[in-house]
Amino acid sequence: MATTTAPPLSPTTSRLAGTRKRPSLGRASWATYLIAFTLVGICIGPVLYIIIGGFRTNAEITTNPAGWPSTWQFVNYSEVLESSIFWRQVANSVICGVFTTLGVVVLGVAASYVLARYNFSGRGAMYALFAAGLMFPMTVAITPLYIMIRGLGLSDTLAGIILPQIAFALPVTIIILVPFLRAIPKELEEAAAIDGASRLGFFFRMVIPLSIPGVVTVGILAFIASWNSYMLPLFILNNETMYTLPLGVQAFASQYSVDTARVLAFTSLSMIPALVFFSLFERRIVGGLSGAVKG
Amino acid sequence: MSDTLGEGKLAVSPSPEASVTGGDGARKAPSPARRASGPDWRKRFEIALLTGPAIIMFVAFVIFPVVLAAYYGFFKWKGFGPPTEFVGLENYLTIFRDSTFQDALQHNAVIVVLSLVLQGPAAVLLALLLNQKMRGRSLVRVLIFVPYVVSEVIVGTGWSLMLQTNGAVNDLLTKAGLPDWTVDWLSDPNIAIWSLMLIITWKYIGFAVILFLAGLQSIPEELFEAAAIDGATYWQTQRRITLPLLGPTIRIWAFLSMIGALQLFDLVYIIWGQYVAATAGTSTMATYMVVNGRNAGNYGFGNAVAVVLFLISLVIALTYQRFVLKRDTEGALTEGKK
Repeated sequence: MATTTAPPLSPTTSRLAGTRKRPSLGRASWATYLIAFTLVGICIGPVLYIIIGGFRTNAEITTNPAGWPSTWQFVNYSEVLESSIFWRQVANSVICGVFTTLGVVVLGVAASYVLARYNFSGRGAMYALFAAGLMFPMTVAITPLYIMIRGLGLSDTLAGIILPQIAFALPVTIIILVPFLRAIPKELEEAAAIDGASRLGFFFRMVIPLSIPGVVTVGILAFIASWNSYMLPLFILNNETMYTLPLGVQAFASQYSVDTARVLAFTSLSMIPALVFFSLFERRIVGGLSGAVKG
Repeated sequence: MSDTLGEGKLAVSPSPEASVTGGDGARKAPSPARRASGPDWRKRFEIALLTGPAIIMFVAFVIFPVVLAAYYGFFKWKGFGPPTEFVGLENYLTIFRDSTFQDALQHNAVIVVLSLVLQGPAAVLLALLLNQKMRGRSLVRVLIFVPYVVSEVIVGTGWSLMLQTNGAVNDLLTKAGLPDWTVDWLSDPNIAIWSLMLIITWKYIGFAVILFLAGLQSIPEELFEAAAIDGATYWQTQRRITLPLLGPTIRIWAFLSMIGALQLFDLVYIIWGQYVAATAGTSTMATYMVVNGRNAGNYGFGNAVAVVLFLISLVIALTYQRFVLKRDTEGALTEGKK
């Protein structure tokens, strides 16, 4: 393939070189601020409603659904935080997220390295195979996947969630990492070769350290996807002790449907990790997404 | 550093690329035979070692299930033991004769079209707006991305509470002096699909805006300067420069949005539950598949629906790729151009 020498596309390079601040067109007027402010309000309003609702009493929510807490109740939150069910679900979600992320990163970096820097016949086909995976989200495969996982004896186990999640996260991971790894200068590889490093040696000593920023991006994406995953756990986990948080939230919401305030508190607490991860790594996630979509 | 690089050009001949391109390969290689077979064998081993696990996982858990569905789809099968009752295309005929499926298919079509029509122009306008110099721009970007990061279960739980007949939305409308606007957001079949679109737009528009902002950042500044020198107005510049150059990003976003809308399951299933969605007019092919397949214990049928869903997505994806994405050499699915 003649494409090995093709220069990486601009989003990748600029991501590697650090985000370049670009002078942009036009200066914002008061109307811009107004629209931006309204937009932000619409976007975070419902989230704030959920969080603040957890500080209200059920009576207040019933009589005045859109109101402010008259006195801030902490009991809903403290009850959820004291319940062992909540923490067990957190633990299950953490286990799924961590192992999914590890698997995605290890398999994804290895495969992306080959796709980015080895020249062999069949590379295009291999890349196309993974890229095609983008077209088939889990929904189309879920029924047979459930039967397969059950056949492997993995129903009601976290491994039954983790393995498919790794597989389904590979396409995005590879599409983000390939241009990233291709952007590592060829000179570095040559210099390493002079110093006697084999290609595998170069991979372990140079590529892995240099790819850390890209790996963080795909890792965070995989973790958030796993943390929020609903359909797969719904099919695979029937035993409540194995529930992850999304299933837990839903079970809690239907079980305590009259206790709206507590449902809101439970729901609020379950979104914290994803929000924290996102706010810490927002730049990387956005950079990774635009890199993936633009090339 | 530059010295070592100079030598490096000569010294790397054992690597296949260098031996093919560089004329000095023969001098450095120990023997022609080793050069031909040794590194090549080793390279293949490395390729297999590094890509093998990923390929095995991907084929086992992504490709193989679809093949399995194609097989099970020909059986009437309750999911216990190996399927024995071969019924040929009966499951498929049942699917297409079922008016519930036709409804679901129609809902999917509406959701696909409305997602594109509602989110696309709005997101482009918002991206243009937010691409200006303003205070707190990065904070705005983070905050509009929050709905995308929050899980479907939370979005579904939160919005279904707010959209209840006596929920916060109707309460706010009443307080705002618009009591006539209060409706049964979730149960009125004429309105429920619009409530669903409201929630979908709320959840996914931030993603589109962020993508378009990233696309705007990669447009060369010189073009805007040139346009300004030529005396172009703001809107002329946007129409003649920004929009065409944002084209590839918009087309890929549209692709992701369509595929997502075809597969929609979580939000509908969480908000309307397994029985109500069909009567509220918000069922989708995916909820139909889960309700009539797994939940009803008809695994053969469920697999047939999975195949139909797969084929519809595939045909639309390939058509779109062939006729629309083809123009974008850097399209995410165009092989080899990465």
